[in-house]
Amino acid sequence: MKRIAVIALLGLGIAGILWADALSINGAGATFPNPIYSKWFDEYHKKNPNLQINYQPIGSGGGIKQVTEGTVDFGATDGPMNDEQLKAYQEKHGSAILHFPTVLGAVVPTYNLPGVSTSLNFTGEALAGIYLGKVTKWNDPLIADINKGVKLPAEDIVVVHRADGSGTSYCFTDYLSKVSEEWKTKVGKGTSPNWPVGLGGKGNEGVTGTVKNTPNSIGYVELIYAEANKIPYGSVKNADGVFMKASLASVTAAAAAAAKEMPDDFRVSITNAKGKDAYPISTFTWLLIPAKFSDNAKRDALRGFVTWMLADGQNYAEALSYAKLPKEVVAKEKKALANIQ
Amino acid sequence: MATASTSLPSAGPASDSRALLSRLRDGDEIARLITFIFAATVVLISILLVLELWHDSALPRHKFGFAFFRTTTWNPIEGEFGALPFIYGTVVTAAVALLIAIPLGIGAAIFLAELAPTRISDTLEFFIDLLAAMPSVIYGVLGVFIVVPLMRQFIAPWLKRILGFLPLFQGPAYGVGFLTAGIVLAIMVIPYIISVSREVLLSVPSDQREAALAVGSTRWESTWKVVVPFARSGILGSIFLALARSLGETMAVAMVIGNDPKISASLFAPGYSIAAVIANELAEATSELHTQSLIALGLVLFLLTFILNGLARILIVVTSQRGAGTARA
Repeated sequence: MKRIAVIALLGLGIAGILWADALSINGAGATFPNPIYSKWFDEYHKKNPNLQINYQPIGSGGGIKQVTEGTVDFGATDGPMNDEQLKAYQEKHGSAILHFPTVLGAVVPTYNLPGVSTSLNFTGEALAGIYLGKVTKWNDPLIADINKGVKLPAEDIVVVHRADGSGTSYCFTDYLSKVSEEWKTKVGKGTSPNWPVGLGGKGNEGVTGTVKNTPNSIGYVELIYAEANKIPYGSVKNADGVFMKASLASVTAAAAAAAKEMPDDFRVSITNAKGKDAYPISTFTWLLIPAKFSDNAKRDALRGFVTWMLADGQNYAEALSYAKLPKEVVAKEKKALANIQ
Repeated sequence: MATASTSLPSAGPASDSRALLSRLRDGDEIARLITFIFAATVVLISILLVLELWHDSALPRHKFGFAFFRTTTWNPIEGEFGALPFIYGTVVTAAVALLIAIPLGIGAAIFLAELAPTRISDTLEFFIDLLAAMPSVIYGVLGVFIVVPLMRQFIAPWLKRILGFLPLFQGPAYGVGFLTAGIVLAIMVIPYIISVSREVLLSVPSDQREAALAVGSTRWESTWKVVVPFARSGILGSIFLALARSLGETMAVAMVIGNDPKISASLFAPGYSIAAVIANELAEATSELHTQSLIALGLVLFLLTFILNGLARILIVVTSQRGAGTARA
């Protein structure tokens, strides 16, 4: 009996030590990178069994809010924090919050035109016109002139957008704001803009469902969603005048073009990027990591994770349809890791 | 009341404690206390809810004041928020839902309670209860894949042909919109109306029916002129349950209403409801004003439900008095 008790106690003690050693880090934020983040945290946990990173995909806005409140150790967002939000964080914590790009995504125009099977071309001007409600027919010269040889119907365009606040809408309206002065002044960029026209669908699946169900409609979805669900999508004319179809390569090309002008805080928009291979409606997605940690173990663990993510982690991206970071950005981020203290 | 029932302060301390002890032993006092606490939590939760909604909507209340109820712009980027399109959408969809659901639901309940053989009635009741317990997102899916295409291809063109002279049935029909949301809501609330109304009709004493038949009424006359008026307040209760459900329904409405904060005379046009916009935008609201405006919308929905429920109760009182009067006469 005694021996059993001793062994049991010993076992409990060891379990206790192991338990104490296991470090748990919590994060929350963007839903768009959730598949790759889950994969990364899982793989990293296999390499470092004592470190468990938990991630809740509650949306970019929620991620920014929670990391500012201090209820999670790190956040994640599809649109960089604005100056006001950075200031709010600084005031609350007395230190800064840092942006670390992880992978890239893109937004693609999708449509339902009965009788048209070829892939359509779009320009920023045409997309802005359609979403402003000024281009109302499919055979409008703005669309017809860039789609020579396609028989476009003289039907009304049914516009579909995201109804829920979303980083996808942010990226799309950020692009429209850059290519259309009228869009910039009338609507602007944001996660839930005040859409001049159109039907709202909830989530990528809501937009896709509405587009599929409605003849002569147009919508926009994330590239990985379109790829995973085999949804046809059109090409968009980039800043160099080339019609580009979104692909992992053309998205990375947009990031590479922007990398040269990358600011030190990594808050950069890469929509309408220069370069003939760049897809114009692309975006980084970021981790939000506090510059100051009170817990050194957590600091070291997160630094370790980001280092791994920038090297081995990137290799998991393409299998899940995310575009990898360009080399220049990886190098710059490695240097920036020293800012986490 | 307090002195009449327990009169604790007036009695002497000794007799008091003895009485209390014996009451405690009997369990009466304990049961009373426990059930009172349970009942009080309901009130407490309501108060907490209102306080929380009130407290967390301070920014828009101060910034917009009562203009919040009558402005129509909802622009999170510019920080302009008005509740009117959402109030409109909520009320219109609930009204459409009740217009469809009340005749269908009560008609079905009368058939099941009064006319159908018991076995059929009980079997159907099983399915109706099943429908009432179905998660709303499933009704949303039903709406997206069945009602929306039907609306665009058949219902809307047909309504336009017959009733197209009314502004209600004009303009382009995308499939989603006020009418579609109202129809999906009607499908959702009909089981409530049927289930509750059937129970009420069944509980009407059979001597009422027998008396009507004895004086020479037909089966239908006894049902329509005696049984239904007798069950009136219970049937109205089922309608208020349906109204409350229609006003607050979130998921199914968000999937079929079109999510466009505009006020249109046409029932084919896309709109937005309060519950739907909260569900859609709260998670990604980036500014404090945006978040708080959504919470303020929650407060508006609470008020709206409160007012409509109050009106409904007044209606019950008025009509049941009149009903009782005619029954006596």
